[in-house]
Amino acid sequence: MKNVVPVLVVLAAIVGIWYAAVAPMNIRTALDQAERGGAVIEPEGGRTRLEVSVWRLMADNSEYISEGYALDRPRLPTPAQVGRELWKTTGEMALRGKAMSKRSLIYHATVTLKSTLWGFLLGTFLGIAGAVAITHSRVMDMSVMPWAIISQTIPIVALAPMIIVLSSQLGIEDRGVPKAIISAYLCYFPVLVGMVKGLRAPSASQLDLLRTYSASQWETFVKLRLPASVPYLFTSLKIGIASALVGAIVGELPTGAISGLGARILIGDQFGTPLAIWAALLAAAILAGILVTLLDLAQRITLKRMGLQA
Amino acid sequence: MALIESNEKMNGVAQEPVIFAEKLDLTFQTNDGAVQALRDVNLTINKGDFVSFIGPSGCGKTTFLRVVAALEHPTGGEITVNGMSPDEARRQRAYGYVFQAAGLYPWRTISKNIELPLEIMGYSKESKREHVDKVLKLVDLEGFGEKFPWQLSGGMQQRASIARALAFDAEILLMDEPFGALDEIVRDHLNEQLLALWGRTGKTIGFVTHSIPEAVYLSTKIVVMSPRPGRITDVIESTLPRERPLDIRDTPEFLEIAHRVREGLRAGHAYDD
Repeated sequence: MKNVVPVLVVLAAIVGIWYAAVAPMNIRTALDQAERGGAVIEPEGGRTRLEVSVWRLMADNSEYISEGYALDRPRLPTPAQVGRELWKTTGEMALRGKAMSKRSLIYHATVTLKSTLWGFLLGTFLGIAGAVAITHSRVMDMSVMPWAIISQTIPIVALAPMIIVLSSQLGIEDRGVPKAIISAYLCYFPVLVGMVKGLRAPSASQLDLLRTYSASQWETFVKLRLPASVPYLFTSLKIGIASALVGAIVGELPTGAISGLGARILIGDQFGTPLAIWAALLAAAILAGILVTLLDLAQRITLKRMGLQA
Repeated sequence: MALIESNEKMNGVAQEPVIFAEKLDLTFQTNDGAVQALRDVNLTINKGDFVSFIGPSGCGKTTFLRVVAALEHPTGGEITVNGMSPDEARRQRAYGYVFQAAGLYPWRTISKNIELPLEIMGYSKESKREHVDKVLKLVDLEGFGEKFPWQLSGGMQQRASIARALAFDAEILLMDEPFGALDEIVRDHLNEQLLALWGRTGKTIGFVTHSIPEAVYLSTKIVVMSPRPGRITDVIESTLPRERPLDIRDTPEFLEIAHRVREGLRAGHAYDD
């Protein structure tokens, strides 16, 4: 609990900067709205104002700055507005028994979560399997590792539509499948790298020791390499699940999907409702936080049981 | 020589070479070309001997021990362990090996660490417990079996790693600078305990060290080696009695042997400076 204070300080700083940023970001919208309401703004007309910097506008029309904090469709909503929107689409709906309604972010989060978890499982499996192959075979080390690295240099935004098109060509109707594949694509890499490092963690003398017992490769793997890799595995899993979530959201963007947090972000963009985007964004961040925390907990419990000090 | 004869009587067995090396050569191929790690090494180690290998870094003392353990393979000459090739001897569980780092698995308790070789060698459950209890007592770690390695001091960890090497009743104990990383007080204590353990078990011990007092205090035979290429420059048979209290290190006899070791080391180095 020692780190609560620094975390809160950073949070307060972010919120502070956010609030400060709302004024210049929303000043134009606020002035347009006030002008339509009959106020006299300097200079006149939204078009002319585009020529003037936001700082000048704020200086000349300081009485309207506060309006920027209470817009219906703000360019940059305040944290409080985002919080209210998030509550309206989650907690409030849940209280009314409509948690699974299509307008509820809880519903959309579960859609995204499902793809995330499938992608995470698939990616983790591929990552571990790849790492085992790489640590046990020089050929695999030389052939797979460079491709694994190259795979991560391809922008996922470019790859995602292709995966979706190809999977629909294969007759896969479920939209969750291509999303899980994209998710796994992002997730396997940190797991692979972490596990390769973990499986190679045992020192030369620890490996020699097992040779003096004439231990088989399998015994070396099970009794030494695998347990030695556990701390590395959990660290990678935490990165992996965050990547998996990003993958699932990216997978929802170009699919024309109507459900999922990614779809909410896209729809919010198309309909010009930044509030919806921000709420979905925050929901995604909270989801990621919960997933990473759960894995962190699993890590602590596992390492403690293994007698390793976490 | 009188000492060795008395050894013979004590053990009640005839002198038989446990480790026998003749014209042993080992050349490593590295990126910088060939490095001769061992050249023309001839050595006989008898049953119950406590043999120390001493010399500067790169003299091949560790390499020789690794050849005995079949962790390295010679490029020339001959070596037998218990009359067999090192590989065969390893398969027959001829030796236990102690590394410089205790290398205990942090996720296993001390007992479980000692059990490791027994698991791999397929001992039964009761037999495992029996062996673990026996060797824990042998290294004075009774009652620490359920602790994790990080709960033990460095010296205790190294004792646990010796127990692990003893667990499967190998007759040969190979120790590669086992106390090198410990402070001198702990080291003295462990040396004393190691001698006692050797006295009780009658194992044959090969011991690599950097320390002249340690080599002289422990050994019945001191092998002085020198580098580039790694070779034996002197083999000193100790005249000290088997019973050795720590203060034997102040006796003239002890100092004389230490002096001879130092001379041997210096001779090996002469052309270097």
